[in-house]
Amino acid sequence: MATDDVYQEFIIELYKNPLNFGKIDNADYRAEIYNATCGDMIEIYLKVQGGAVIEAKFMGKGCAISQASASLFMGYLKGKTLDDIRKIRKEEALALLKIDLSKNPTRMKCALLPLDALRKALKS
Amino acid sequence: MIDAERIRKDFPIFQAHPRMVYLDSAATSQRPAAVIDAVSNFYRKYNANVARGLYKIAEEATLGYENVRKKTQMFIKARSDAEIIFTKNSTEGANLVMRGWGAKFIRKGDKIVTTLMEHHSDFVPWQQLAKMSGAKFEVVGLDDDGALDQDDLGRKLKGAKLFAFSSASNVLGIRYDAKALCALAREAGALSVVDGAQSVPSMPTDVKAMGCDFLFFSGHKMLAPFGSGVLYGREELLEKMDPFLYGSSMIRMVTKERTQWNDVPHKFEAGTPIVDAVVGLGAAIDYLEGLGMGEVQKHEEMLIAYMLKRLGEVRGLDIIGPQSASARTGLVAFSLEGVHPHDVSAMLAEDDICVRSGHHCAMPLHGHLGIPASTRASVYIYNRKEDIDALAASLQKVRKVFG
Repeated sequence: MATDDVYQEFIIELYKNPLNFGKIDNADYRAEIYNATCGDMIEIYLKVQGGAVIEAKFMGKGCAISQASASLFMGYLKGKTLDDIRKIRKEEALALLKIDLSKNPTRMKCALLPLDALRKALKS
Repeated sequence: MIDAERIRKDFPIFQAHPRMVYLDSAATSQRPAAVIDAVSNFYRKYNANVARGLYKIAEEATLGYENVRKKTQMFIKARSDAEIIFTKNSTEGANLVMRGWGAKFIRKGDKIVTTLMEHHSDFVPWQQLAKMSGAKFEVVGLDDDGALDQDDLGRKLKGAKLFAFSSASNVLGIRYDAKALCALAREAGALSVVDGAQSVPSMPTDVKAMGCDFLFFSGHKMLAPFGSGVLYGREELLEKMDPFLYGSSMIRMVTKERTQWNDVPHKFEAGTPIVDAVVGLGAAIDYLEGLGMGEVQKHEEMLIAYMLKRLGEVRGLDIIGPQSASARTGLVAFSLEGVHPHDVSAMLAEDDICVRSGHHCAMPLHGHLGIPASTRASVYIYNRKEDIDALAASLQKVRKVFG
């Protein structure tokens, strides 16, 4: 059940100690994206082998929501095929956070920043 | 079926002026309490700037604003809400296409086509785009009943890059077959730009079925506040276009040297938007959809058929455009032999009848018709047959005074 309490323990924890954080040299896909609202930036890297994502990492600075979202989202990408990750919908990316942002369109942009970055990376 | 008597109760202005006969909705419509209240409610309960703040009312304002984008998308049946850009009015929509697409893709020697029946808002931008770019500017003529001259249209569309036309004329009152015209443009390899200012308030709109590349319209002619306009554009075109206005909100990232644009549609909404007007547009769409746009169209056709009949009884009154209501949107322009249009509308005003006289922002068309101005009566959901009876009676008085 999604809650609208944004600052839960696991989000603060991921903000302080993000998962899948770092750079991949010789990445197959890469993109950086800015949040138009606050200027936060994240950069994502994907390593692909046999049509599937074998490694996914992100770098950059952002708020607790965007950092937690990126941490979980990078993990979610691992093991998926390129076809699968092309089809990822907003709702799927938001579900990883288990918080309800439907009344917070501006915060939703923070949560969706990793997905925006992915779409940009796949386009490039 | 639309019950105009009941609808009038929703419009405070008719309570303030119970005897007034308002027949100028083609210039601007009146507003129902639901729209006025939506605007007032916004300022009373969740006034904040949008797409910035994270506090409760800021998120409510952002959500309110963006929900109207979705509502507008559904109202005109666009594929995605990213295809809906909020503008100030129709004119700004035309200018956005002219600057964002035209200035980037129209080159010297290209051909831009429009028609003789256009409102200035769908004429001057293309004329000036041609001047700026060195493109050819072609104006499709009309035949005697006001239809587009098909031979001329075929000739001029050949090799054209852009074809701009109104889906309904604000003087001739004709509803043009926008779907067929968009198909002709597509066959010729031209983009279609549709001025929906008169048609969108009066009938169902489906941009996918119409097949247009761009469509613009104004909220104020469909119950919404002044300052609420819409430009629809196909997403892939919007992606390729340059911004129209530069500054805040339309950016993703700015450094001393360069700027990255925000995503479509925000790339085209620079600065703080007219949030209250957009919120009001949402309430206007709700109101119209509550009636059903098909019903709105039927009601207008019924009134126009009656108006054509009653105006036909006035000696020396010349109706501009077709005599049949079926091809018409909710307006009739006319001239009264031996009486200047300004005198007609001033005398009608003495009987508290509101009509418009002048060139109706369509000087090229009036030039073609060989008259400097005309008088125009237009109807909307709150008009009744008795409004038209009052118009006819007052016109008979004018006839008597001028002989």
